[in-house]
Amino acid sequence: MKDVKCECGHVNPHGTVLCEACGKVLDENEKKNPVLDMRYEGSARRSQTYNKTIIDKIWNFFSSVKVGVWLIIITLIASALGTILPQEMYIDQPPEVYYEEEYGWFGKLYYQLGFNDLYGSWWYLLLIAMIGISLVICSLDRVIPLYKALKAQRVTRHEGFLKRQRVFGINTHVDNDDFTVIKKHLKEKRYRVREENGDILAEKGRFSRWGPYVNHVGLIIFLFGGMLRFVPGMYVNENLWVREGETALVPETGEKLYLKNNQFILQHYDKNKDKTFKKAIEEAGEVVKNYQSNVILYNRVGENIPGEKPKLEAIKDYKVRVNHPLTYEGYSIFQASFRSDLEAMTFALTNKETNQSFGEMKINLRNPKSVYDLGNGYSVKLLSYFPDFEFGKNGEPSTKSRVPNNPAFVFRMISPENPKGETSFVAIKQTIEPSGNNTYKMSFKGIETKNVSGFIVRKDSSLWAIILGGIIFMIGVIQGAYWNHRRIWVQNKNGEVWIAAHTNKNWYGLKREIETVLTDTKLNIPEDQLQIEKQDKEVV
Amino acid sequence: MKKRRLVIRTVILLVLGAAVIYTLYANFTKDNKLKVAVGETAPDFVLTDMQGNKHRLSDYRGQGVFLNFWGTWCPPCKKEMPYINNQYQQFKDKGVQVLSVDIQESELAVNQFAEHYKLDFPIMIDTDKEVMTAYGIDPLPATFLIDKNGKVIKYSTGEMSEDTVRDFMEKIKP
Amino acid sequence: MVTISSNLLFIAFILYLVATLFYGGAITSKKGAIDKKGTNRWGKIAVLLTIIGFISQLGYFITRWIAAGHAPVSNMFEFTTFFGMALVGAFIVIYFIYRTTLLGLFTMPVAILVIAYASMFPREITPLIPALQSYWLHIHVTTAAIGEAILAISFAAGLIYLVKAIDQSKASKRTFWLEVVMFSLVTVLGFVAISSTFSGLGYHEKFTWIDKHGNEANLEYTMPALTGPHEGKLLTKEGFQPLVEMPALINAKKLNTVIWSLMAGLILYGVIRVILRKRIAAALKPLVKNIKLDFVDEISYRSVLIGFPVFTLGALIFAMIWAQMAWSRFWGWDPKEVWALVTWLFYAAFMHLRLSKGWHGEKSAWLAVIGFVIIMFNLVAVNLVIAGLHSYAGS
Repeated sequence: MKDVKCECGHVNPHGTVLCEACGKVLDENEKKNPVLDMRYEGSARRSQTYNKTIIDKIWNFFSSVKVGVWLIIITLIASALGTILPQEMYIDQPPEVYYEEEYGWFGKLYYQLGFNDLYGSWWYLLLIAMIGISLVICSLDRVIPLYKALKAQRVTRHEGFLKRQRVFGINTHVDNDDFTVIKKHLKEKRYRVREENGDILAEKGRFSRWGPYVNHVGLIIFLFGGMLRFVPGMYVNENLWVREGETALVPETGEKLYLKNNQFILQHYDKNKDKTFKKAIEEAGEVVKNYQSNVILYNRVGENIPGEKPKLEAIKDYKVRVNHPLTYEGYSIFQASFRSDLEAMTFALTNKETNQSFGEMKINLRNPKSVYDLGNGYSVKLLSYFPDFEFGKNGEPSTKSRVPNNPAFVFRMISPENPKGETSFVAIKQTIEPSGNNTYKMSFKGIETKNVSGFIVRKDSSLWAIILGGIIFMIGVIQGAYWNHRRIWVQNKNGEVWIAAHTNKNWYGLKREIETVLTDTKLNIPEDQLQIEKQDKEVV
Repeated sequence: MKKRRLVIRTVILLVLGAAVIYTLYANFTKDNKLKVAVGETAPDFVLTDMQGNKHRLSDYRGQGVFLNFWGTWCPPCKKEMPYINNQYQQFKDKGVQVLSVDIQESELAVNQFAEHYKLDFPIMIDTDKEVMTAYGIDPLPATFLIDKNGKVIKYSTGEMSEDTVRDFMEKIKP
Repeated sequence: MVTISSNLLFIAFILYLVATLFYGGAITSKKGAIDKKGTNRWGKIAVLLTIIGFISQLGYFITRWIAAGHAPVSNMFEFTTFFGMALVGAFIVIYFIYRTTLLGLFTMPVAILVIAYASMFPREITPLIPALQSYWLHIHVTTAAIGEAILAISFAAGLIYLVKAIDQSKASKRTFWLEVVMFSLVTVLGFVAISSTFSGLGYHEKFTWIDKHGNEANLEYTMPALTGPHEGKLLTKEGFQPLVEMPALINAKKLNTVIWSLMAGLILYGVIRVILRKRIAAALKPLVKNIKLDFVDEISYRSVLIGFPVFTLGALIFAMIWAQMAWSRFWGWDPKEVWALVTWLFYAAFMHLRLSKGWHGEKSAWLAVIGFVIIMFNLVAVNLVIAGLHSYAGS
């Protein structure tokens, strides 16, 4: 593993293909090629040189672009697989039921393979992580040698180097004035011109060579930002339901922020007002125009403990709409959904035969009273209340949850003629009388509902890394894609003028530029050696 | 030179590897992360029981507290409440207090439930879910065992047998 | 305003058609071969027509914007039309870099097909649902479409490369797959033809059917039902009785459209083959004889280089900003998002293969074709087949 000393005197690291300084071909295999492979300037990529310890082996694995491309392709295929069926987060049923019910045997298989949460699976994360590692190691392994090689390059180049450039030409006619003209033209074209022993090296856009590495740095920062989310406290994502008129503690804010929901507003497009959309609205039925919650954000004042009535201080009065979240101290509150909850039910104690009403009672479904006095000796006792009624396993009435989705009651109706009372079970659309011959019934009068706004509370302390990564990535990509690294060599060799040129991309542009540079000189325009070759083939 | 390269490579790979392992680990454990972890001081709260007495957790320093979160609608709660009540009778004179917090239900429902199962320990309603939020509870039932110094020594969720309840109370007996 | 708008679009469409003929003329005309500098008269007219068409379509875009009050990129018709316009715009830009009319001959038909395809969707101006009411959305969609359009230029250039490079004298895997690409383009034409035929006839037939949850639902076909819905009952008198009934899991109506389009495509393709008496790609070969392979290769690669940053910005970065505003998270693994990521990963792989593995020339051209297939998949299949948040819900 010794360094290689070139005949020009420059010492190159082992594995170098082209001398960093003069460009002489050091690798015997490369000599056979008519046109040089100029990737990484023929510098020594160390990964391919040292392969001793396990660390080196792992390093070299990730340093390979081939491995990188494979990782990209596998990730690509995996990502695509995850779109065949909806992911777990977009379904509203238990996944073990949903997939089979909706998509049959295929859905079941999809679920069994764990594709229901593909993007959160350990192996998908691992793939992304491996791409991240590959990004770091590939970049490190290439950018340093490339930087060294470009820094060490000299103006005068070895014949073998010039001859094997894709754009190359020889002129037997030598005229010093030509050099002056060329230099002038090159400078007009914003080339940096260096001169040594009468030889010229004109170079521009070298910084575009760093583009790929800059964008990789951006990606690494982006992925780092993604990783930060897993650090506790960096990422808050909670659902918060607040009914109209109520104030709720905003979760994960250290019991500090409270949100009052004054009103929820749902607006539809009106086909008579929004005439442009008339046809589309008629086709679609109803189209929602706005989801909005008018809220007040409060801060809790002073030390307080949960359960005690907090002292609140209003901070912000805001209309939360889709696309217009309320933000405060890094927290964002988004309008996410809404529902309409049952709030109260009204019944009238009625004589079954005469249909005469003996007073109405309104039951607050979230806080019912145990007795409702209707006056004149009439009253109703609430014996049992089932906010989310169902028949339990043993046939007994029970409740599924605390939410009044399907309220049911057991009433005892007390009247002057029946002071002990009659019992009646009342649920939505059904009444059961245990005795079967009640005189009175609870007749349903009305229902009150209240809107509940669904918010998402989010705090993402990793956002800065994501944004920074994105910006750096874009800079790098633009730097690499919209600029070209061009070099033109005009050199005296054996009493002739040799012209060679290289660019990392956009040869067409380079060739046109050379034409302008060589105008007003007697020099021939160098040829594209690849095209000559192709045309030969085509003729054959 | 060669050695230095090996060291640099090893360090870089270790850093990257650690980051990956941490992320995978965090991804696996994110679902069962606890808001109030074992060993921490239990967050203080004040709630009023059905008889109108105020209970402040920090007032029970020096006693073990069996803090149970429940709902009248939850089937396992129905089963374990009588057990808790039985053991409460055994342990209440040995320095163990039971505080039972119902999540956001009506007084009617809670009172009827307490009457039906003849519960003697203090029951309170967390009307605004503040205590529940502070403890980060989901699902019900959930029990925190708090020792005489106010530290959480165990968190348990799911149905408990009477033996479990006894063991738990034994653990927090001062 | 709406009428002006649709007229302008129609004018643009016609101009693009005429321009294509002139591009053909520019290639076949003996005077002024391509490798000589400059463009011949036919070519100049073609480019001029293209530019006028583009301006006309820009007029459509602006007038429709004024009429709707929001940028017209909010449903399938508007988005696809915009994509077609961006494709023409991207071609104009690339033309002025490389001055080759041959690229126009391959790009314009694709743009025409895209716009024709777009007009098969409901053309009403639709109101915006709350999530779409964000200027970030418009920035995101337009930039993404422009990026995709530039990337599509690389497909056109890749196609030229393949037509020229592939030996048509004997059948091989390469001639087969190139012909598959040609057939796909013909099938799009088939879809447009068959849809316009039936909608011109005003064809309708109604069914009641049982969906996978066992509920009865109504369904209206606009083409005769070859594949009927699950337990479907034909309500329309003299309607076409379905040949096969589909299980509830399969969307019989969409499948029916696909089958009709394929049939139309096959017939069209068959007719073309009978007329040409050789593969389409083989028939196109003489048109490309004057262009240099590495020149088209460079155009193809250059388009990817120019398009990739624009695509990243539009389809990923602006998309993330919008998603962060609207749905509170910048990334949500919605199918459309994932396919944007897939497209991005694909072109990233493309560039790595080219830079590091030396995949130039034909390999690179095939990759450009696959890239375009992915873009089209994202545009067509993800919207229509895989429903997600982004779904414009066409049918």
